[in-house]
Amino acid sequence: MKTQLKLISLASLLLLGSQAALADNDYVAKPKGDKAKTYLFKATDDKYLKECGACHFAYQPGLLPAVSWEKVMGNLSNHFGENAELPEKDVVYIRNYLLDNAAGRVDARLSNSIMKNHDAKQPPLRITELTSFKRHHDELNDKMVKNNPEVKSFARCDACHTRASEASFRESEVRVPGFGRWED
Amino acid sequence: MKAFYLMIVSALISTSVLANTVDQRLQEYSTQGGKNFSADAGKAMWSREFKSAEDGKLRACTTCHSGDLRKSGRHAVTGKVIDPMSPAVNKDRLTDAEKIEKWFGRNCKWTYGRECTAQEKGDFLKFIQSQ
Repeated sequence: MKTQLKLISLASLLLLGSQAALADNDYVAKPKGDKAKTYLFKATDDKYLKECGACHFAYQPGLLPAVSWEKVMGNLSNHFGENAELPEKDVVYIRNYLLDNAAGRVDARLSNSIMKNHDAKQPPLRITELTSFKRHHDELNDKMVKNNPEVKSFARCDACHTRASEASFRESEVRVPGFGRWED
Repeated sequence: MKAFYLMIVSALISTSVLANTVDQRLQEYSTQGGKNFSADAGKAMWSREFKSAEDGKLRACTTCHSGDLRKSGRHAVTGKVIDPMSPAVNKDRLTDAEKIEKWFGRNCKWTYGRECTAQEKGDFLKFIQSQ
């Protein structure tokens, strides 16, 4: 009897332990913070890439909290000064994709750090307004970005981050147009 | 006689997708009150500037699309390249009705502050098709 009980408890412990073996972007109850395997998940949905990459860089969903994406999708007729309206079925589809893959819903180091540091009372509408973003870009000046005709705005990730579409934003990959590699 | 009929049939079959999509659109615009669609009218509207109620600046189709439809344009804010509008240069243009309506919806509202009328849409399609 006792051995059977031991075996059952051992089996259940193993089952619980196997939770850790779930695929990384399943919704996990306990994100691993900065120990998560992936830095940032790529944007992979074809409809998202086509519709939301038509005018600007297709920002990875893991770069904003779900509530921020919800706000964006709820105001497409005034999308940062542009009209980005879509047929309702596409709005619903893309909204679901963004929310399912938002920071706080997936286990990736950058997404987790964004969630940890963002202002929950006033979730930003723009990725560039995130605390995490500002910290990572505080050494740049207007000459390199705003007044640089080849960059113009921090919203243009792929102007400097040569592997942004691969969800890679390493410093070693940065080339600021007109200034070359980022050295510090 | 047979050869004649064969010619007619193959001409009909070889009608391009381009003509089909545009014709369907024009037909729909006709039911909405548009008529005598004209490429000249479309061309005139293409470069006409309108003052935006949002920021007071002048906007036109040419703000993002070039005046020469065979050339690429650029998004006025993001700088993203917009492929040429001319179907002669860009064979994807005017082949997808949903895409046509989507961009009419967005761009007319952004440029003019309102939806384009069926007449205006028809004139635009005639103009783009002719470039």
